[in-house]
Amino acid sequence: MIELLAVKKAFNQGRSNEYWALNGIDLRIEAGRVTALRGPSGSGKTTLLTLIGCLARPTSGRVRLKGEDISGLPERFLTEIRRQTFGFIFQQFNLIKGLSALENVILPALPTGRPRRELVARAEALLAQLQLSHRAAARVEWLSGGEQQRVAIARALINDPEVIVADEPTANLDTVLSGEFMVILESLSAAGKTVLLSSHDPLVVESPVVHRVIAMRDGRLVDL
Amino acid sequence: MKLRSSLLVLSLLGLGLALLGLLWLDASHPTDAARQQRSARQKLAERLGLTDLSLFMEARYTRHPSQADLHAALQDHPAAFEHFPSGALLPPPAVLTESHAYLAGKTTSPD
Amino acid sequence: MRIWLEKQLHLIDFTLASLARRKSKNIGLLAVYALLVFALASVGLFANALRSEASFVLASSPEVILQRLVAGRHDLIPPGYLEKIGRIRGVQKQEGRLWGYYYDAVVKANYTFMARPAEEIAPGSIAIGATLARLRGLAPGNVISFRAYGGKLFTFRIASLLSPDAELLSADLVLLAEADFRAFFDYPAGHYTDIALSVANPQEVRNIAGKLSQALPDSRPILREEVLRTYQSMFDWREGIMLTILAGAIFAFIILAWEKAAGLSAEERKEIGILKAIGWETGDVIRMKLWEGLLVSLAAFLIGFIAAYIHVFYCGASLLEPVLKGWSVLYPRFTLIPAVDGMQVASLAFFTIFPYCAAVLVPIWRAAITDPDSVMRA
Repeated sequence: MIELLAVKKAFNQGRSNEYWALNGIDLRIEAGRVTALRGPSGSGKTTLLTLIGCLARPTSGRVRLKGEDISGLPERFLTEIRRQTFGFIFQQFNLIKGLSALENVILPALPTGRPRRELVARAEALLAQLQLSHRAAARVEWLSGGEQQRVAIARALINDPEVIVADEPTANLDTVLSGEFMVILESLSAAGKTVLLSSHDPLVVESPVVHRVIAMRDGRLVDL
Repeated sequence: MKLRSSLLVLSLLGLGLALLGLLWLDASHPTDAARQQRSARQKLAERLGLTDLSLFMEARYTRHPSQADLHAALQDHPAAFEHFPSGALLPPPAVLTESHAYLAGKTTSPD
Repeated sequence: MRIWLEKQLHLIDFTLASLARRKSKNIGLLAVYALLVFALASVGLFANALRSEASFVLASSPEVILQRLVAGRHDLIPPGYLEKIGRIRGVQKQEGRLWGYYYDAVVKANYTFMARPAEEIAPGSIAIGATLARLRGLAPGNVISFRAYGGKLFTFRIASLLSPDAELLSADLVLLAEADFRAFFDYPAGHYTDIALSVANPQEVRNIAGKLSQALPDSRPILREEVLRTYQSMFDWREGIMLTILAGAIFAFIILAWEKAAGLSAEERKEIGILKAIGWETGDVIRMKLWEGLLVSLAAFLIGFIAAYIHVFYCGASLLEPVLKGWSVLYPRFTLIPAVDGMQVASLAFFTIFPYCAAVLVPIWRAAITDPDSVMRA
């Protein structure tokens, strides 16, 4: 589904603090499977996720989504693809403070112009699925860490994307909550979603839910 | 169901705009009382041959600006500030500003 | 179209929810903003209504007033002038007028004394303006004495008050009989203050003024159109003073609004990053902020302008009174007849709405072009 060919990514290119986060990545990610990127911090996992998730463009090399080269597309089209194809779960959850859980969940769908009634119904269904209905009207900063993550998951699913991208999803959770997250992950996978996550948490990468683990170091893939 | 906040605010703004339109109508259709008032003013102006509004009475050139000669600003109300910066520095003669109000109502002859 | 509309409603919902997070701060800003519009609009509406009232009312003042000047000062019309004018063609009627000023040291106010024919005001009695009557606590039938400039005390009986409807024109007027006027001011017989002329054909007015200047070279004709022009420009001066005072407030507000709208906090910057990461386009972010600016400034404009209209036309512009009154002791009570100048409203709307929207948009533009992946890297 997703193909990367000789992908390189540099930050601060041409300046004294130039830094190559990715140094030539060739990778295929299959649809409908759970793939984990594993590696120490600074190994380029997050950068790789931003390239795949159309949040950034590679400095060189190609990224193909369903056979179509997306690495050279202008920002408007990338945004469109990002909104339709990807749902993001960030390490810090990145919810918007001061808004209710429900308002946060429907945020990614606002630019689509779908009727509010429809969006609210879908958000309520997602929150119910994640056992969070009772907290729908609460402001997100009043929620616990686990609840916040479930709001983030619901938000990632509001546009019904094919791919879920999760960056260090268990970094801010304790063991029990991490276990709950893996259960949710399993159900997403069972529902046919392609899941791509980065983690160095053994609980995640050694879990049977994960179909494939890709190890990284210094911006390159390494064999396990 | 609660009204959506955007619709609520937009309808309030719409109401405000409608009110603005009403004010416009109000301004372009004077009431009978206003018309009567204006005609009373016009009649008085005509009967007495008035040339000015009695708005500012501190000096000749403010009481009758249309009748003031070119040098009128030099001859002010005794206690008034004037157009020129010197007016802020030089007070009028004390004899002119001295109050006689303490006599008001205390004399046997009408004041 | 439906999708576009729904999307705008979504953006408004979001921007309102964002504003509601700092409720007191934003309501305070709106209040200050509306207050500023209120002050500006009050001054503008008041001055405009007064100007239009002056042009209505003074349209029936004499076509030409003839003044005599001596050494640059207004002087008395000597005997014989009226007869000389009588020979100028086109002059329908000429009338010597007698009027002058009196300083009442008791209340430190200036009055305008004006002589009327004996059939209108009986000798020994006077008719006075409503403001003056209020200030001195006078009613018809009362007696009042004025000390003449010559030192003699004159006592008058108040015959009537002038119509309060016309207070705007007659606040300080004292009408008295011609004989009383001449005695009170020690006015030389046969002399007049000035001459009012009626001209039948309005097109002739300029010609006649020319002939008057030729026939009486020491005199100055004042045309009605000049009177009206005086009132078109005259109020600008006081309006200017008011605006100068307000300028301080305007600048304080600009700083406040700029700080609020332009100073994009780190948190707001992060929020924009999040919105972009989850699928908002740069354009969506800008449209959302544009709605914020538009809603806040339009609301402030409407609240301020409507309140100003009510204040000026239905509450007698009571807050402006102290400034416009200046230093005069007498101030007439009057209601203004609503008059709105479309151009004035449009420019006020433009200058309240446009700068605020710009202040909101400028920094957002900078933030909105940052890369969406910044949220992951932070």
